[in-house]
Amino acid sequence: MNAKSADKIATVVIYMISGIVALILIAMLAFILIRGVPNLSWHFLTSPARAFEAGGGIGIQLFNSFYLLILAMLISFPIALGAAIYLNEYSKKGRFTTIVRTAIEILSSLPSVVVGLFGFLIFVVQFHFGFSILSGAIALTFFNLPLLTRSIETSLAQIPNLQREAGSALGLSRWETVIHIILPAAVPSIVTGVVLSAGRVFGEAAALIYTAGQSAPALNFTDWNPFNISSPLNPMRPAETLAVHIWKINSEGIMPDANAVSAGASAVLIIVVLLFNLSARKIGAQLYKKLTSA
Amino acid sequence: MVNNIDLKPASEFITENKPERYIYDVGAGDHEIAISTKNLQVSYGQNLALSEGDLSFERYKITSLVGASGSGKSTFLRSLNRMNDSVATVKGNIMYRGVDINTKAIDVYEMRRHIGMVFQRPNPFAKSIYNNITFALTQRGQYTKQELDEIVETSLKQAALWDQVKDELDKSALALSGGQAQRLVIARALALKPDILLLDEPSSALDPISSAQVEDTLLKLKNQYTIIIVTHNMQQAARISDYTAFFHMGKVIEYDLTRKIFTRPKVELTNDYISGNFG
Repeated sequence: MNAKSADKIATVVIYMISGIVALILIAMLAFILIRGVPNLSWHFLTSPARAFEAGGGIGIQLFNSFYLLILAMLISFPIALGAAIYLNEYSKKGRFTTIVRTAIEILSSLPSVVVGLFGFLIFVVQFHFGFSILSGAIALTFFNLPLLTRSIETSLAQIPNLQREAGSALGLSRWETVIHIILPAAVPSIVTGVVLSAGRVFGEAAALIYTAGQSAPALNFTDWNPFNISSPLNPMRPAETLAVHIWKINSEGIMPDANAVSAGASAVLIIVVLLFNLSARKIGAQLYKKLTSA
Repeated sequence: MVNNIDLKPASEFITENKPERYIYDVGAGDHEIAISTKNLQVSYGQNLALSEGDLSFERYKITSLVGASGSGKSTFLRSLNRMNDSVATVKGNIMYRGVDINTKAIDVYEMRRHIGMVFQRPNPFAKSIYNNITFALTQRGQYTKQELDEIVETSLKQAALWDQVKDELDKSALALSGGQAQRLVIARALALKPDILLLDEPSSALDPISSAQVEDTLLKLKNQYTIIIVTHNMQQAARISDYTAFFHMGKVIEYDLTRKIFTRPKVELTNDYISGNFG
């Protein structure tokens, strides 16, 4: 067989393999959306779940998912940003840097159910946080931290060294250069990374089952005082999220329309995650355009 | 006529008389010295990149540093405002205004405001043209809007960029062409009112027209600044500089007035290099 026909065969095979990957995704999306979308309605998206009768919604779970996501991001972003700045701008080769890098790598490879169980033992039991938004947000932080750190570090590393040299040649300290020159230039790519990781966190279930809990007590959406137990903002209340809800209905749901609720909830979950993923690059590109040509 | 072919080149007759090194002592006359180095040694890890660098630079003159890649000229230049600190070990003295600036006691950030630097590739910040120039100023001092406006205008005029950008000062600097960006970077360095301007191959990444604009800019700046420039371009060195230092394998081989170096170099090696026999 000559080089030319070998190349042709390789091209066809590689095309087919990539096609199969795309096909799997499309098939899954189509299956979930076709089954789920017909069940969606304003009522479904806004009303509370029902345990024993048909007609329940996912309103509270949807709210919980977003609230947990925001809290987890609020906790994990500053830590990840600090760690990434250290790793990319300050660290020198040495034992400490190696330890930090290894820790991040191991943390990122921990199964999320293990992170969840750890959160359960430490925060839920030991610290008496109970099944709560707070416990869940901390568990999600552990889950999210290594990936977010790495993504921010990559964003910083993409800023050419020329910019750092420019800063120091103008008599700016390393800190001034990082804060005022490197970070602003990296914002578009950091934002893309944050939104992508938000999509991952939004769909996470295993880390939350034992931390944020599997129940969604009724919320009073007119009470925004975070110290009241029925307030949506109360961080100490148990909060079943959308992903946990799907898992729960499928394992022990006894409502007559369990299949429909599960299909609808799955469709919502997938749509939100897709929105995160698709918007991530768009937002990043828009920000970049704004920063570079304004 | 046939006999001419047998004639040996003139240089062969006087090789014995030629020194191996020649360093013109700028300080000997009544020239004012802007900056000078003594026993400068720079090493990257175990590798000695620069072993002998004793040079004095005259104030308000342009000095070119020439030599092949890896000859130590950029290393030398970057040591002058201690840009090499984080990657190399720099030993020896760098005397500036009677002070050795190569010591721990020196505030390098403050020192670099006196000894500015422009790099090979234009590196404007992802900010507006205006903010590129004012940013380093406002980080340290208090300026009124009017003062800043004036500084922006003056330094852009000095860098011969004002006419092209005066109506779009709030446009992103990343939208400028390579030559414009490099002149913006020069303007940014000038805004700090430095004493000495170090340029590391400032036009080698530019097209000939932009490169010529940068050269013109440098010639105009000579009256107010001491300029030290690393260049690979022999014509550029001959065109714009008053002094030229030739570096080879980490040593300064010859340092003299540019016109002397390019007409009658005292060292054989310099002659070989400027006539293109190696490099």
